[in-house]
Amino acid sequence: MVLGIPPGLFLIAGALLVPLFQGRWRQMYMLFLPLAGLWCLVDGASGTFFAFTFFDYDIVPVRIDRLSLIFGYIFHIAAALSVVYAWHNKDIVEQMAGLAYAGSGIGALFAGDLITLFVYWEAMAVTSVFLIWARRTNASYAAGMRYLIIQVGSGVLLLSGAILMAHDTGSIAFEKMTLGSLATWLILLAFGIKCAFPFMHNWLQDSYPEATVTGTVFLSAFTTKCAVYALARGFPGTELLIYVGAAMTAFPIFYAVIENDLRRVLAYSLNNQLGFMVVGVGIGSTLAINGAAAHAFAHILYKALLFMSMGAVLYRVGTVKGSELGGLYKSMPFTTVFCIIGAASISAFPLFSGFIAKSLTLSAVAHDGYFAVWLILLFASAGVFHHSGIKIPYFAFFAHDSGKRCKEAPLNMLIAMGITAFLCIAIGVHSPWLYSLLPYDVDYAPYTTSHVIGQVQLLMFSALAFAVLMRFKIYPPELKSVNLDFDITYRKWLPAIYKWIIARTRDGWQSILQDLRQGVHRFVAYMFRHHGPEGILARTWPTGSMALWVAVLLGGFLLTYYL
Amino acid sequence: MTDTSPENPGNGGRKYWLDNPRNVDKVYWSVILVCVGLFLADALYHKHPEFGIEKVFGFYGLYGFFACVGLVLAAKGLRLWLMRGEDYYDDNEDKS
Repeated sequence: MVLGIPPGLFLIAGALLVPLFQGRWRQMYMLFLPLAGLWCLVDGASGTFFAFTFFDYDIVPVRIDRLSLIFGYIFHIAAALSVVYAWHNKDIVEQMAGLAYAGSGIGALFAGDLITLFVYWEAMAVTSVFLIWARRTNASYAAGMRYLIIQVGSGVLLLSGAILMAHDTGSIAFEKMTLGSLATWLILLAFGIKCAFPFMHNWLQDSYPEATVTGTVFLSAFTTKCAVYALARGFPGTELLIYVGAAMTAFPIFYAVIENDLRRVLAYSLNNQLGFMVVGVGIGSTLAINGAAAHAFAHILYKALLFMSMGAVLYRVGTVKGSELGGLYKSMPFTTVFCIIGAASISAFPLFSGFIAKSLTLSAVAHDGYFAVWLILLFASAGVFHHSGIKIPYFAFFAHDSGKRCKEAPLNMLIAMGITAFLCIAIGVHSPWLYSLLPYDVDYAPYTTSHVIGQVQLLMFSALAFAVLMRFKIYPPELKSVNLDFDITYRKWLPAIYKWIIARTRDGWQSILQDLRQGVHRFVAYMFRHHGPEGILARTWPTGSMALWVAVLLGGFLLTYYL
Repeated sequence: MTDTSPENPGNGGRKYWLDNPRNVDKVYWSVILVCVGLFLADALYHKHPEFGIEKVFGFYGLYGFFACVGLVLAAKGLRLWLMRGEDYYDDNEDKS
């Protein structure tokens, strides 16, 4: 604990003080926060802290064990790297939101009960949306709104699940759960939304590419990996997750191949990577949970590196559309190299971080005999190299020369990318370093001959496929376009249905009103006919005739009386 | 940033290695060469397969190649169905 403040809360509180510092001091202060937080975790003990009882419920704000610790380390590292990457940025909204968002994510990792988790869960949603809105375009405003509604919705589901759980079991402790009751399903759904399960995934591809250059780097690290952690904590060994995860690895890569916005390609590949982790959680063996945690650790780094390099392109060129880029290696050679290192890492080339992480999950799947899932993951591994490993660097930095010339990325961006790239290689080259941090003890050798050759074969033949398809001009060119995905349901169809219903009900209401009005008209006309100025009952009669008629009546009465 | 035409990209007179199409050919053929080498390498070591299919000669290479070709062709087909203009969502959003 730094100054006796829980991890996470330290960054949130620290973010509030950012306006007190100016210029260089602010840059130093912002870097100090995550580094101090990391320092205190490194020699911090495991256990529960700050626990108290509230209306018979045990609130555990901080629970540190090996599972939360590895995520805690990488969240702090990611926050520090993102801060360096954003050093040139003077936007105080982004600075404060970024730190508070990182703090919320870290707080959620160490939450020992569902209510604390819920509080940080929602704090993540509310702080992160400012990183999207800070782009200050109409598109980012709309995307941020959609993002916020979905993220807060996830929190509401989590709270509902927690309340039901408290009602069912009398405990709100955040421990391993077994699917069955409504409470557990609601909690799984809440995690699933943030983890971008199929059909709940589109907020990710919708919002991340709309965020600011630096905001996307922050965003790529925390929300989704926090959800992976929550799944690993709450639902390890849930078989359903194996198939959900396998689907997640496969379907986004089709989109990634045809997507034009390169940061959106990265968002699709992020989704694919989450799939590997979810499969690991679903298998649930110690090897598989280690795989999911190692993958999350390595993934945060190389995904941040890729978003950093595309962010640098967006910053310098003003666009990351594949159709408008090409040949940038001439202007941005360092960024190109860093991007390629990120691409090699995500593709799991031997000697890069992805290799030693993904191998654990693939081995766990094979070890437990899930043949079909294994084939899908292998397909997804080849596919991820295809779209993230080749497509991103190729269309941005090589391909045909767009003629665009710009300056190399700012120095602070290059420093952040350089450190991240170094970590990607260091982890890949020296596997015991990452393996020693994993939740369970590791007895695994990633660098065996058959494993290395198999993986290099898979990747090089994928590259060959790309080269051949390019050569024969079969590869689909980058086109200015959007591709329909599940978000069409709430961006087109639901509004259309809403408008249709409103139009219909308005028509119906109008005709009811018209009928009513006609009835009134008819009634008024009827009354008018009989009681109006010309009506028979409203005619004026001379008093003489009345007297005559009275006389006639009286006469008649007299006659009948005597009869 | 300075925009210049592709014909005169303003390299400051500098010619890059990849600007020459013959060098691009060299990259292409070296990828093929590496793949052939890797394919043949399967004969040189002892495999530890978890599944029978891994025993197929050059399994990983063949799988990677055909998976990627299938992926690209399928994605290209999906474009017919999924692709819309860039302003597809603009008519009911961004009005503010």
